[in-house]
Amino acid sequence: MCGHREDAEEVSQDTLLKVFESFDKLQDPEKVKAWVFRIAKNYCLMKRRKSVFAPERELSLDELLPSTTGEARPMQVPDDAELPDEQVLRSELNGELERALRELPEIYRSAVLLRDVEGLSTAEAAEVLDVNEDTVKQRLHRGRLALRKSLAGYLEVAK
Amino acid sequence: MTHQHSHRDPACLEVFARLSEFIDGELPALDCGEIEAHIADCPPCIDFLNSLKKCVAVSEEFRNAAECPPMPAEMEEKLRAAWTAALARRG
Repeated sequence: MCGHREDAEEVSQDTLLKVFESFDKLQDPEKVKAWVFRIAKNYCLMKRRKSVFAPERELSLDELLPSTTGEARPMQVPDDAELPDEQVLRSELNGELERALRELPEIYRSAVLLRDVEGLSTAEAAEVLDVNEDTVKQRLHRGRLALRKSLAGYLEVAK
Repeated sequence: MTHQHSHRDPACLEVFARLSEFIDGELPALDCGEIEAHIADCPPCIDFLNSLKKCVAVSEEFRNAAECPPMPAEMEEKLRAAWTAALARRG
């Protein structure tokens, strides 16, 4: 969500500190996960405040449709005998996912990170991002479609 | 194998727009039924659905794979102090 590893480390430390300092202010213990992520998001926004007011690029469903000529660029895997080790493939796929996530416009990246990577519910993600649930669903869908497009070649060979 | 499929058919576009909600089980039963009926007869949409599911699974697995660097000792000290202070405030 921060865009840079160094910023992310600093944000996670600031977040933990804030959580510990303000734990007695948590009003609804059921919402602790959303509360912690909301604090983290606010620190991220502060880190990125120079670009917060920059216009966010929006993805249209149209640009995420599969192309008429097929969009996948499958990895070059010669034959079954030379299939890369599952662990190597997984690590490469994770690297590609990290890259694809970084390239996603922020509004889609935060929806995917909170819902798919961190496992928050739609309601929790809506609370963290301060938007309604329909907006979370729409951003998540477009974010997933963009990731699928970026990772198409890898997804074909991943189990 | 990648299908040479445009997904420009209105029925496919309708499905395409709701696939994430379908995967997440967030659609009303009636809408799910419509999507299931469509994809049962549309191999390119099945392929697309499967690749989207795979993409979601990769993101879900990513959390466990991500390396978590050890916390700096100085930070650990600060956290301990903050936690002790928070406990003291609670009495």
